[in-house]
Amino acid sequence: MIAAGTELPELAFDVTPTFVISTALATRDFQDVHHDRDAAVARGSADIFLNILTDTGLVQRFVAGWAGPDALVRSIRIKLGVPCYAGDRLVFTGRVRSVEGRVAVVEVTGTGKLGAHVSGTVTVELDS
Amino acid sequence: MSIEAAAARIAAQGESSRRLARDPVNQAMINNWLEAIGDTDPRYTRGVAPPAMVQVWTMPGLHGQRAADDPLGAMMRVLDEAGYTSVVATNSEQTYHRYLRVGEHVSASTALESVVGPKRTALGEGWFVTTRTSFYVGGELVADMLFRVLKFAPPPAQPAQSVQSAPGVLRPVISRDTEFFWAGTKAGELRIQRWGDTLRHPPGPMPPDGDLGAEPGWVVASGRGTVHSYVVHHRPAVPGREPPFVIALVELEEGVRMLGELVGADPADVHIGLPVTVTFVTVDDDLTLPAWRVAR
Repeated sequence: MIAAGTELPELAFDVTPTFVISTALATRDFQDVHHDRDAAVARGSADIFLNILTDTGLVQRFVAGWAGPDALVRSIRIKLGVPCYAGDRLVFTGRVRSVEGRVAVVEVTGTGKLGAHVSGTVTVELDS
Repeated sequence: MSIEAAAARIAAQGESSRRLARDPVNQAMINNWLEAIGDTDPRYTRGVAPPAMVQVWTMPGLHGQRAADDPLGAMMRVLDEAGYTSVVATNSEQTYHRYLRVGEHVSASTALESVVGPKRTALGEGWFVTTRTSFYVGGELVADMLFRVLKFAPPPAQPAQSVQSAPGVLRPVISRDTEFFWAGTKAGELRIQRWGDTLRHPPGPMPPDGDLGAEPGWVVASGRGTVHSYVVHHRPAVPGREPPFVIALVELEEGVRMLGELVGADPADVHIGLPVTVTFVTVDDDLTLPAWRVAR
């Protein structure tokens, strides 16, 4: 039974350079800071870093993976905090904020070495 | 025009025309996405697209240009001109009205929602630019997205090399035509003078076509280029330099050529066509010189 307060099982990603680059390319985001370390450093970053389209994808995977293949994701609202650089490990935690009928709102945080990288809410229509 | 006035003008233009995605929703791109993200939901191997991919379909691509009427592109140009040259996404709020299926062809239009600033942030002073994008299949609204970026001025890059202040060092004459260039090197940016669509270096008082009424702007170069020509300087002695050293004329990927010392390279290894990237040599508080190093 899913109710407000239900915790989601944690999901972790090893953010290797390959992960940063392959996800940037799979989301068709060719900004150099996601694949070119020298360019990222020249623009003031410590290394290449995850792009926001990937964060949206990871959040979807985390919540939809928990909700199961009969659930429908209705919205993903995320806010970026500290960057997630190559070499980091990103751990997602989540908690159900509310359930109304079949619709649950889940709070999600993805935390890396530097702190909260991504946080937000996912609205998901659960299988009935 | 102030940044606020430019933002109001761009916002008043409303939604851009709809831009059609390069490809229809297709299994190949979905599979790439699933592999990279590590998603194993079986629906996505059977003709249903992951909802979080909605923005992926209409991304501009490696050599993509924003449409002429794209409000985000217009706002980015205004902020670039004002010195806020870096960008980072901060918020994405996507709402999915339904899941997409393989074969559907998505189009998107964007409107400027708000521009707020200037704000002091950990990354530097900047402006928060919020756009709203609507995704369509045919006439049907299938998803929408509120997207916010921070457009900021990064603090000066760490100098790659420090040189003792040398009395007698030859200093550039900084004029109204060139002051943007030297302000750029201090800020860790290689700036190229721009007259409309034409880039020009060294900067001058008028465009190549001699239009006396034209006003220059500038762009920040990527800093990448190749050695077009070079000399190895042995003598006479130069304050602050240990001979032999290499002075290279570099052809930047933006198409202009620029002189500078090639630091950290053995003259025997230097050749025409060698890929280089810019670095900045701080002489003192007032003067930072652009220089080159061999690209890795």
